[in-house]
Amino acid sequence: MQSVHIMSAFDEELKYLSKRIAAMGGHAERMVEQAVAALVNADPGLAQKVIRDDVVLDEGQREIDDKAIIIIAKRQPMATDLREIVGAIRISADLERVGDLGKNVAKRVVAVIDGRQPTSLFRGLEALANLALTQLKEVLDVYASRSVDKIGFVRDRDDQIDAMYTSLFRELLTYMMEDPRNITPCTHLLFCAKNIERIGDHATNIAETIYYIVTGDQMPAERPKSDKTDKIGLPAALPVK
Amino acid sequence: MTDLGAEQKGTGQAMAARLWSSRWLLAAGVLAVLIAYGFAAISAYVLIPALLLLLAAAILPVAGARHSGESASAIEAMGLQRLSGEYLAAAVADPLIIFDQAATIVHANAAAFAAFGGIAPGISLPLKFRAPEMQTLLDSVLSGSVASDVVDYTEKLPVERAYRVSASSVGHGTDLYVLVFKDQSETRRIDRMRADFIANASHELRTPLASIAGFIETLRGPARNDPAAREQFLQIMQNQTGRMARLIDDLLSLSRLEMKPYLKPGTEVDLRQTVDSVIDSLGPLARENNVAIERDFANGPLDVPGDRDELFQVFENLLENACKYGQSGGRVVVSIARGDDVSEPGIDVTIRDFGPGIPEEHIPRITERFYRIDVETSRTQKGTGLGLSIVKHILTRHNARLTIRSEVGKGAAFSVHLPAH
Repeated sequence: MQSVHIMSAFDEELKYLSKRIAAMGGHAERMVEQAVAALVNADPGLAQKVIRDDVVLDEGQREIDDKAIIIIAKRQPMATDLREIVGAIRISADLERVGDLGKNVAKRVVAVIDGRQPTSLFRGLEALANLALTQLKEVLDVYASRSVDKIGFVRDRDDQIDAMYTSLFRELLTYMMEDPRNITPCTHLLFCAKNIERIGDHATNIAETIYYIVTGDQMPAERPKSDKTDKIGLPAALPVK
Repeated sequence: MTDLGAEQKGTGQAMAARLWSSRWLLAAGVLAVLIAYGFAAISAYVLIPALLLLLAAAILPVAGARHSGESASAIEAMGLQRLSGEYLAAAVADPLIIFDQAATIVHANAAAFAAFGGIAPGISLPLKFRAPEMQTLLDSVLSGSVASDVVDYTEKLPVERAYRVSASSVGHGTDLYVLVFKDQSETRRIDRMRADFIANASHELRTPLASIAGFIETLRGPARNDPAAREQFLQIMQNQTGRMARLIDDLLSLSRLEMKPYLKPGTEVDLRQTVDSVIDSLGPLARENNVAIERDFANGPLDVPGDRDELFQVFENLLENACKYGQSGGRVVVSIARGDDVSEPGIDVTIRDFGPGIPEEHIPRITERFYRIDVETSRTQKGTGLGLSIVKHILTRHNARLTIRSEVGKGAAFSVHLPAH
């Protein structure tokens, strides 16, 4: 994929960077997956594990930053190589944020466990998480294959994630209005949903970075945010069940 | 001849056979020497060495034969060595990936392409299989600390799958390694299925069960001698048991789908014929609901890779929904068209109804299990809340996409995009 340099050590260094990114990606995917599983199955043990695992990602990001800066200083890279390295720094920052968001979901598990909410809510959250995780997985797959010509799926799925989030937002509001005792758990769930939606956004960011690494151009912009929760007012607009 | 045979007997039957095979040559030689002896009147001193020479010549083919025997076994061995890794990989039914010292994919068999997609020679393995356990597996095998290793690897998306992955080096000094994925999903999922089934079923079966129990109590108590009420209650109870049966059918069919491994490559489905037979099979339901089904099919062959039975179920569920919930529109349009998007060649099947439509906030969620927009309508239409989950699941397995467009009051369109090869 990368062109070969006369100094093979440089190639090795670049390869090492992308390998570390992939490992971070794997960790981030796993963390989000487990955080959502902990939430859906009310499993505080798993949630604790996710919270502990976040260290790995923080460390990964620091290492990639260090390595990238050393490479820039030593090799004075140009063009693709420079984009590759700067891209690695950006992607690792995004992945680290994904880990933080996953950790935040895990932290809320305990607060949600007490008042069991309707199963349909958790199914909704799970479906939202599946969308966000699919987005992350496919974007990282593109990082492996570098086939940016097919990256259009990112926008479609981003819209789906936003639509799903809007729908969950409405549903959570209805539950809160039905019974004020639901407000605490539902607010936590709302934050969880928001976090998951943010994970999807970070995946989209990563896709944009990959597009930039490979082509040298910015991904064609057309991103009006279609999250419509800002238009949902309190009572009247809500469907009453 | 006989003395030659006796001489060679000790070296074994094989050599005798070789001599036997060259008997005509030998006979011709002896004859020639004798003729020369008779006509040219050569002395007996020449005759003896000539015959000895012939004997020596007769041994030569034996040596040659031994040589050819050796080369035959060498060719056999070479056949095994020359056996292309590609053929061998293709003959393995499990996903198999061959990679080199740099963890770059050298070759992947068809099963691996079908299972994982997006793997091509040249792609770095740790970038594709990012799960922490896969990373450690690759590291430990590539570093040479172990010759082979096994881990359990689960993939959650797009379809949940569990593998036992073994990695090992190939031969000596080839610098090649092989990764074999053994699908464990079935065993794993039987456990999961039980848990899921109980979780789903207990929740969903509770309502009809509770109502049946209630009616039985009423029938035995206050309504004991009321024939009219009894008839009515029995009718309700029958509806409820019917609902439970349908629910169990749908749950089982969903679980079965989840148990099946990934789609086998190479099977083609004729969409025109499939959709036609779906429309025929739902004819009675459409007439019952006073819905006219209109067809709008593109010309030419409409084949896509896929499983016919599964796609049949997809269109059956979608068309059934359109007939039931779009009843007020009076008609349903089924159209098949080639996708106009160049980057994703494929075929779009759209089922459009003209009923009340689906409110926007429900659209993203209606493929979830047991998600119902309106519980009452769903009950009266004998819905289980699983139809669209089944559709979604099958389409995920086909790498297909379901798009739902709807405007309240104008109907809904369910569009299935099936990718061509």
